[in-house]
Amino acid sequence: MNILVCISKAPDTTSKITFKDNNTAFNEDGVQFIVNPYDEWYALVRALEIKEAQGGKVTIISVGGADYEPIMRKALAIGADEAVRIDANPTDAFQVASEIASYARDKGFDLVMTGKETIDYNGSRVAGMIAALMGLPYVSNATTLGVAGSEATLERDKQGGTEVLSVQLPAVISAAKGMAEQRIPNMRGIMAARSKPLNVVPSSNPSQLTSFVNYELPPAKGDVKLIDPEQVKELVNLLHNEAKVI
Amino acid sequence: MNVLVFADSDNGKIVKGAFEAASYGAKIASNTGGSASVLCYGTADNLDELAQYGITDILHVEGISHMDPMQLAKAVEAAANEKQAELIVFSHDYTGKSIAPIVSAKMKAGMVAGAIDYPSTSGDFVVKTNVFSGKAFGQVRIDTDKKIITLLPNSVSKEKIGGTAHVTSFSPEVGSASVTVKETKVKGGDGINLTEAELVVSAGRGLKGPENWGMVEDLAKELGAATACSRPVADVGWRPHHEHVGQTGIAIRPNLYIAIGISGAIQHLAGVNGSKVIVVINTDPEAPFFKAADYGIVGDAFEVVPKLVEAVKELKAAQA
Repeated sequence: MNILVCISKAPDTTSKITFKDNNTAFNEDGVQFIVNPYDEWYALVRALEIKEAQGGKVTIISVGGADYEPIMRKALAIGADEAVRIDANPTDAFQVASEIASYARDKGFDLVMTGKETIDYNGSRVAGMIAALMGLPYVSNATTLGVAGSEATLERDKQGGTEVLSVQLPAVISAAKGMAEQRIPNMRGIMAARSKPLNVVPSSNPSQLTSFVNYELPPAKGDVKLIDPEQVKELVNLLHNEAKVI
Repeated sequence: MNVLVFADSDNGKIVKGAFEAASYGAKIASNTGGSASVLCYGTADNLDELAQYGITDILHVEGISHMDPMQLAKAVEAAANEKQAELIVFSHDYTGKSIAPIVSAKMKAGMVAGAIDYPSTSGDFVVKTNVFSGKAFGQVRIDTDKKIITLLPNSVSKEKIGGTAHVTSFSPEVGSASVTVKETKVKGGDGINLTEAELVVSAGRGLKGPENWGMVEDLAKELGAATACSRPVADVGWRPHHEHVGQTGIAIRPNLYIAIGISGAIQHLAGVNGSKVIVVINTDPEAPFFKAADYGIVGDAFEVVPKLVEAVKELKAAQA
């Protein structure tokens, strides 16, 4: 099984989000970056499990500058065999997908995997765009994934439940919670990651379809209105008459 | 501009998010001198209701019974061409997230995911969207002639304006199936879907064990709410994964979110910070969740929640 896992860099889940340059850019000062949790915990770990069971290779791919390399080394430490960094600074999802599709097109991957979304832009766009650009079937929000021969069997979340389905490989899969459990890299993995190949390839210079104009933070929340635990009826009264939500 | 809205159905009904998308799309069409059409598939006995929101044409795709992203993307593209739609609107739900990016890449139509407001259409086409898991908003400009928006559920209110719609059978060339659906599992419970619920009752480790969820379910039942939980509770298996809301679970934006025995870690808040009203019940007055709450009770859930169930029952009885 030859698996490509797309890895995005994201601010640590506890990061305070601020902006700079007149609110036109994310302020990265003091922000700790991590592997996007959906890419790492679910897509990468499940890819490794499949490789461990059936043999093959897991390649990770990122689209970004040299600042991506620490999180790529982390993914190698968890167990990926090699890494590819497309040297570009994309500003929208279509550029990311175009870069990955144009790299992966002739490499013979059986599976292309991503997390279901990134925790910074939350778009759930890149995997579907890669599938469209490569002409491959796509299963999104998969919570299980098994591979037998040239067929994958998955369960995916849907409105009001789940569906069990099968798809012919090669295919593009986006992974959601349930697919695998987080793995903490051990010292051997961290040492080994230093000497694993991390290839830098040039951008294919795709065009962008959208642009961020600016950002804003939500208005500050007012103080909480505390209700005496002996006066629970008052809470229901406030929710009904003041907040008008029940 | 002409607008095409993709309307998903579940269990024989057009889903709530699709009505929101239809209302949203129809309003944009009306404000820009165009008309709004819907594309749907499968069986739904409430298609007529779409007309109430300003939809004039409904195209029903024949021959696709399962959510096959590739086939539906082809159908959407064909319908957009047929209706000369410049804008395609989806709900930002499982189905929309599957199909919209495929259509975007195929048509080279710029896509804004998770829109929370109407676009500005005078001059540049700019849409407000949720970013950083609800910790911030972004204004995104779509730079292409054809445009795609996925609308975050419960972000805009539906506007019933009345009207009639014409339903037409639509049979575009969609190729062979790309996926084979073997089994559909419907979630148990009262059928209130967490992702589109207006009211949500959620609980965490403060409840001490899965055997204590009865009162949470009672409260949800009285309110007509969906139930949810925090990550630790899903991880230890007290509750199913699909109830986990937060940064790594699902994000929701109900009108009311009641959090019982959840401290309010930043990762949990990222999944619920779009809620309009937040109520926190916690024994610890220092729980960070109180800073994000509108109403709070510092008290023992095992005493407070049963009283709350009774108080809601009284309100419902008075309303009946």
